[in-house]
Amino acid sequence: MRWPAATLSVVAASLLAVGMLLAAHGCGGTQSVATGHKKVAIQNAGSDTLVNVAQAWAEEYAEVGPEVSVEVSGGGSGTGIAALIAGTVDIANSSRHITADEAARAKQNTGKEPVEFVVGYDALAIFVHPANPLDEITLAQIADIYAEKGRYTRWSDLGVKLPGKSGDKIIRVSRQSNSGTYHFFREAVLGKKADFRLGSLDLHGSKEVVELIERTPNAIGYSGMGYATPRVKMLRVAKQPGAPAILPCVESTLNGSYPIARPLLMYTLGEPTGHVRQYLQWIYSEAGQQLLGKCGYVPVPPERRPRFDS
Amino acid sequence: MTKRGHREIIVEWLIESVIRLCGISAILFVFGIFFFVFREGGAVLFKDFKFGEFFFSTAWYPSSPSHVRYGTLALLAGTFSVTVLAMVIAIPFGIGAAIFVSEFCGPKLKETLKIVIELLAAIPSVVWGFIGLTVLNPLIIRLFDAPIGLNVLNGGIILALMSVPIIVSIGEDALKAVPDSYREAGLALGATRWQLIYRVLLPAAKNGLLAAGLLGVARAVGETMAVLMATGHAINIPTSLLDPVRTLTATIAAELGEAPVHSDHYRVLFVIGILLFLITTVVNLTADLIVRGVRKK
Repeated sequence: MRWPAATLSVVAASLLAVGMLLAAHGCGGTQSVATGHKKVAIQNAGSDTLVNVAQAWAEEYAEVGPEVSVEVSGGGSGTGIAALIAGTVDIANSSRHITADEAARAKQNTGKEPVEFVVGYDALAIFVHPANPLDEITLAQIADIYAEKGRYTRWSDLGVKLPGKSGDKIIRVSRQSNSGTYHFFREAVLGKKADFRLGSLDLHGSKEVVELIERTPNAIGYSGMGYATPRVKMLRVAKQPGAPAILPCVESTLNGSYPIARPLLMYTLGEPTGHVRQYLQWIYSEAGQQLLGKCGYVPVPPERRPRFDS
Repeated sequence: MTKRGHREIIVEWLIESVIRLCGISAILFVFGIFFFVFREGGAVLFKDFKFGEFFFSTAWYPSSPSHVRYGTLALLAGTFSVTVLAMVIAIPFGIGAAIFVSEFCGPKLKETLKIVIELLAAIPSVVWGFIGLTVLNPLIIRLFDAPIGLNVLNGGIILALMSVPIIVSIGEDALKAVPDSYREAGLALGATRWQLIYRVLLPAAKNGLLAAGLLGVARAVGETMAVLMATGHAINIPTSLLDPVRTLTATIAAELGEAPVHSDHYRVLFVIGILLFLITTVVNLTADLIVRGVRKK
């Protein structure tokens, strides 16, 4: 094989250039270690429900503790806990409790017990399109819409007549089967052992659920109360037929009258220390909890906050 | 002098090996992926795997608390329905565009068209999915009075738009490969342009056009993000174009990230990966054999 000399020299030169670049990079690396101005990074991943708050906390905390950078990613509670088990995150965000099996695997893998922190509360709101005349619903009715053996497939089954021409089929909007929201909804509404009926639209995020309902008059869906927009309607939910129907809000979540509410959790491996501990302490401070409230969730009342005395 | 000669030989050998490695790397990667997918999925295949349930049940309950079931029939139906619809739309359009580009338009328009079609191919699939979600969804609800606009129709249209560029460019190559003497002979016999295309060019380029269609199919079967967003992602055997469905690829994309590593769910998702791999391999291989048939002639 014969190559023109010009091509050869170009290739050789580029190889040389790559080599020099690599060498330069190596030098740069050692220098930055020597000067030691590196930020401490806290890895924080998990629940999509919590991701907005976690992001807001991380941004705000950059001003409180500039030597620390909190790196937040979502992906769902399962993702966060999986990362905790693998030991790749410092704090896992979750909108469901860790299972005994997961805790055992974390212990086995990393040698540390996961520690749970309730950092706020979330109420799962039931959303419909604003054109839907329905205002309140019972837990049993929601279960009849969503569960495998449920009876309701049309809005007329609930005595609702939808305006518009798109028929009265109920479009069930749900979440992908690994999301914490999906599991919590199943536990709180369908029952621990029940399954969802197939054929629901299984979306990949809390925000997507609300966005789809905005555009779909026949839809019903569940998502965090914080994701409500003016273009969807939240339903009042009653525990039993005849019981008062309650709108999800801060008060009804904290006093337990709203039936579909849950704690928002953060997990660390072992009792937190150092920067992670300071970060959690700040999250429980007035500033941190106010930020959570601004994102549409319910802050932890002072008497329920953990105390970090050492 | 001799020293310089030595160096040249070494450099030449070095560069030759680097380039050879680049060439072989494709094979290495394919087999590496093949091995990885089989290793991850294989464990569950040889451990009382319910093939009957996997292929013939619609019940996909990977995280049921009481009764876990892995039936992919509805997912297969979803992939199949969306792909068929996409091809019904894309093949006539794509072949038509290929004929126009290759036979009818002038050189200037041809260049512009080719650039624009390539641009169409360069649009990321997530953008297509977004168009399905925000533009087509309300449009379908309004036009068809459908309860939901995320359905087979939406996914099929989006996939068709995504596969047209492939069909056009391969179809055009196939038409270009027909010798000019065929065209001249046809015209000399007094054939009209339409007769020339219908009776001479299409039969002559038939294998290449078939391959174009099959590669379009492979593209549609393998597409993930766009169908995840546009089809509604609902486990459902469609009975009309306006029913939402869920595809094999979208299921993997939505669930793999959160399935605990090495759990049964995770492994079954890899088995779906193997299934997809087999489908696209068969389609690609067929296309390849057909194209080779063309060359032999």
